[in-house]
Amino acid sequence: MAKKNNKNHQQLRVVIVGHVDHGKSTLIGRLLYDTDSLPDGKLEELEKASKRRGEEIEWSFVLDAFQAERDQAVTIDTTQIWFNTDAREYVIIDAPGHREFLKNMISGAAAADAAVLVVDAAEGVKEQTKRHAYMLHLLGLTQVAVVVNKMDLIGYDEQKFEAVSKDIKKYLGSIGLTPAFIVPISARNGDMIANRNDELAWYKGKNLIEVLDSFEISSPYTVHPLRFPVQDVYRFDNKKRIIVGRIETGVLNTGDELVFSPTNEKAIVTGIETWPKDEQRVSAKAGEVIGITLDQPIFVERGHIAAHKDTLPMLSNVFRANIFWLSHKPLKVGNTYTVRYGTSEARVTVQSIDNVIDTQDLGQEGAAHEVHRNEVAEITLRAKDLIPVDPYTDNMRTGRVVMYEGYDIAGGGAINMQGYPDQRTSGKPKSENIYAVSYLVDSDMRANRNGHYGGIFWFTGLSGAGKSTLAMAVEKELFDRGLNPYVLDGDNVRYGLNSDLGFSPEDRTENIRRVGEVAALQADSGLIVLTAFISPYQADRDRARKCKPQGFHEIYIKADVATCERRDPKGLYKKARKGEIKEFTGIDSPYESPVNPELVVDTETNDIETCVGQVVDYIIEHVKVEQSSRDPSETREKTFAIQ
Amino acid sequence: MHNYLDDLEAQSIYIIREAYNRIHPLGMLWSIGKDSTAMLWLVRKAFFGKVPFPLILLDTGMEMDEVYAFRDKLTEDWDLPVINHMCPPEEEMDQTLPPATRAAMRKTEGLKTLLKEHQYKGIICGIRRDEQGLRAKERVFSPRANDGSWDFKDQPAEFWDQYKTETPEGAHMRVHPILHWTEVDIWRYMQRENIPICDLYFARDGKRYRSLGEKNITFPVDSTASNIEEIIAELETTKTSERAGRTMDKETEDSFEKLRTQGYM
Ligand SMILES: Nc1nc2c(ncn2[C@@H]2O[C@H](COP(=O)(O)OP(=O)(O)O)[C@@H](O)[C@H]2O)c(=O)[nH]1
Ligand SMILES: [Mg+2]
Repeated sequence: MAKKNNKNHQQLRVVIVGHVDHGKSTLIGRLLYDTDSLPDGKLEELEKASKRRGEEIEWSFVLDAFQAERDQAVTIDTTQIWFNTDAREYVIIDAPGHREFLKNMISGAAAADAAVLVVDAAEGVKEQTKRHAYMLHLLGLTQVAVVVNKMDLIGYDEQKFEAVSKDIKKYLGSIGLTPAFIVPISARNGDMIANRNDELAWYKGKNLIEVLDSFEISSPYTVHPLRFPVQDVYRFDNKKRIIVGRIETGVLNTGDELVFSPTNEKAIVTGIETWPKDEQRVSAKAGEVIGITLDQPIFVERGHIAAHKDTLPMLSNVFRANIFWLSHKPLKVGNTYTVRYGTSEARVTVQSIDNVIDTQDLGQEGAAHEVHRNEVAEITLRAKDLIPVDPYTDNMRTGRVVMYEGYDIAGGGAINMQGYPDQRTSGKPKSENIYAVSYLVDSDMRANRNGHYGGIFWFTGLSGAGKSTLAMAVEKELFDRGLNPYVLDGDNVRYGLNSDLGFSPEDRTENIRRVGEVAALQADSGLIVLTAFISPYQADRDRARKCKPQGFHEIYIKADVATCERRDPKGLYKKARKGEIKEFTGIDSPYESPVNPELVVDTETNDIETCVGQVVDYIIEHVKVEQSSRDPSETREKTFAIQ
Repeated sequence: MHNYLDDLEAQSIYIIREAYNRIHPLGMLWSIGKDSTAMLWLVRKAFFGKVPFPLILLDTGMEMDEVYAFRDKLTEDWDLPVINHMCPPEEEMDQTLPPATRAAMRKTEGLKTLLKEHQYKGIICGIRRDEQGLRAKERVFSPRANDGSWDFKDQPAEFWDQYKTETPEGAHMRVHPILHWTEVDIWRYMQRENIPICDLYFARDGKRYRSLGEKNITFPVDSTASNIEEIIAELETTKTSERAGRTMDKETEDSFEKLRTQGYM
C-alpha cells in the first residue's frame, strides 16, 4: 500500500464502531478512495463485483474479504486496513456491529488511539450505538468523534442533524464521554469525508479527515511509577541469567534497586541486556521490551512485578473489577476463573456480583447471581494468595485484568481497589533481633486455676448488626456465672490504643491488627475476650486468627444493610447516605461476610435474649475444662455452673 | 533515537517471547523470504542471539536456486537449527483446484505432515495483515485444527496483549509476531538493522521479485529498484498490491479464502 514519505511513520490507530448497517465498512472504503489509498485494480474489482451482483458500487466490499461477508453484506470479524492523509499514517480497525460480535469489537478497539462512532442519520442512536460507546468508555478511549452518516437520506437537513447530535451527546455525556466532534457525512457519496460540499454548506466544522488529523497518538506511560512485569527468565547455554519483559509504565535505570512483588525480594539492576550488544544502554522506558541482569541471585519468575520501593503496587487477595463478559456461559458467584494481567496469572473465585449495568439505559440492576454474555458488571474477586494489583485509575496499563474460562478469554475489566487496604505491610516486625521468651506458666495451668480456658470470640458484622449490644450482654452473663470475660469494643479502643487511626482501608486494617494482637495477649493470660469490631475484611480477620490459631472463634453477627439502616442506632447510616461520612461500611466501603465462621448469629430473625443464649452456650462449650484433663494436684478448685 | 520501528520491534519480540514461554513444542516457518528473515532477526534479538526452536522450510523442491543458496549461507553463518521438510508431490493434490492454487496446496499439505511428525503445538508464521484482506482479520495467536482448518467465524477474543495460548488435543496455535507490520515497515527495518536478504528482491534487467514463491507460480514485477533504499522509495509511491506477482490469488476471486480456511499460511 502506498505510503507517503513523511518523517515519522508512527500510525494512529482508529477504530470504527457503530450499529450494524449504519455504514462503517462503507465509510472506510470511501475513506480509502478519497485519500487515494486504494491499491491499483481495487476500484475496477469493486465495480466488477458490484455489477455482478447488480448493484452500484458497494464500498464496503473493500474490507469485507470473505465471500460470506460479501454475500450477506455484513462484516464478520474485525479487520484492519492502512491508509494515510497528508499529515500522517493510519491503521483503521473496522469492528462489526452485531450484538454477538462484541468480542471482535473489543479485540479491535482495545488497542486503538481514537474511535469514530458511526450513527445513521435516519435511524439515530440504536442498541449497538450505545453498547459500543459504553465499551469505548470501559476500554478507556477518550478521543471519540461521531459521524452522522447517510445525510443524503435526510436531505442534508441541518435541523434533523442537530436532533440526532443532541441525542448522541446526551447518551455519551451520561457515560462520561465527550465527543470531540460530530460531523455530518454521507459515506456513500463521499460528503464531508475528505472534502466539503454544497449540500452541507451550513456545517462549518472540520471534515472527517481534519478531525482524524487532530487526534493524538497515545504516548507511553513514562511518568507513571515503574512497573516491569517479568515475562520470562533466560539462562541460555549456562550464561548469565537474564530477566525479560516489557516496561509497562515508568522508567528503569541500571543501578536502580527493584522490589519484586509479591515476594518482596530486592535486587539492584546491574545491566540492560541487548543483542547485538549495546554498552551504552543504561536506561529503558515504558513500552520497551528489555532484558536485565541483577546483582543478587534472588528468586524471580514470570508474573512477578518489579517496581521501585516507594511506589510499589498494592498487595491484596481481593479486588473489585468493572468487567464486560463475553462467554456464552454466564459468570456466577462461586465460580473460579483464571485472571491474567500483564504476565501475572491467578486463580480467583467470584465472591459477589455487586452490580449489573444495562448498557442501554445505564440502569443499575443491582446485585445479581449471574452475569450474562455481553453484559457489564461490577464484581468482587478473591484469590487464594496475595497478588500485586494496581487500581485502573492509578495505572491504565497494569490495572486491568483479562478473565479466562478454560483456554478461552471470557471477559475483561478494570481493577477498582476503592475501600480495600494494601495488605503488604501489615504485621511484620520492623526491628530485627526480636526473640520471644517462653513462659513457665502454660495455658492448662491457667485454665485449672480459672476454671476455663482463654479464647478470642471475634464478633464481626455491619454497624448496627448488634455486635456491641450482644458482646456486653454476653460478658455480663459469663461474668455472673463466674467466668472471666472482657470486651474489646470498637469505639472504646479508638479512644486510646488506636486514637491515631482513621477509617481509610489501611487504617482499618491496622486497627484490626492491633486489636487482634491485644486480644491474643489477653486470651493467653486466660481471659475470654469478646471483640466487637465491624472488621469488614476477611483478610484482616484471618490475620487476627493467626495471632491465636488454637482459640479463635469467628462469630458472624448477621443482619443485612437494610435492617441495620432501619435500626441506625447512632444515626451513622443517615450521615453516610448524605455523604457526610465517607467510606462507611455497607454504603461506600465493602463488608465481606465471613467465608467460614464458627458461629452465625442472626439478629434479624432472633431477639436479643435468644442470641445471647446462643453465644453464651457456644463460648462455654469451647472454654470449659474437661474433668479428666484437670490437674488432680490443683487444690483450689473453681467451678461454674454449666446448665 | 526513538523511531516507530522500535515500537513494532518491541511488540514482535514480546509476542515471540510469549509464544516461547507458553507453547511447547514450538517451531517457526522460515520461507527464506524477507518477512520470515526479518522475523528470524527479531527472534535472535528476543533470545540474545540464540534461536531456541527449529526453523522449518516447507520445501516443494520448486524454490528458486538463489533461495536455496541463501538458506545455506545463512544457516551456516548464523548456526541455525533448520529443518528442511519436503512437501507431498503435486499429483496428490485436489485436482479440481486451479493449477497455481494446487501448487500452493502442497505447502498446506506439507505443514500437515510436519505437524504430524513433530507434534508441534505452536507454529510461528510471518504473515502480515496488510498483505491481503483475509490476513487482515487474523489474530496474533490463531488456533487451528491439526488439519489446518481456520474457523474465521469464531475467532478468540484478543486484547490488552493477552492471548489464547492453549489449544486442545488435535489442534495447534499459529503465532503471528509481525502481523502488525506493513511491507514497507519490513524494508525500513531490514535497512536499519542491516539484515541480509536474498538478492532476488533487487531489480535485474528492469524486473524484481516483490514476494518469493515457487518458480512456477511467482513472477517478477517491473521495477528498477536495485537496493533497499530504492525499494522503500518505490513502495512509498506504488499502488500495486504486493502479491500482484503471485498467480494463485487471482485465479478465482475466492481462491485465497479457500486456501486459508484449509490451512494455508
Ligand atoms: N444512502 C446511503 N447509504 C449508505 C451510506 N453509507 C452506507 N450506506 C449503505 O448502508 C448499508 C450498510 O453499510 P455498511 O457499510 O455495510 O454498514 P456497517 O454494517 O456499519 O459496516 C449499505 O447498503 C451501504 O451502501 C450513505 O452515506 N448513504
Ligand atoms: Mg461492516
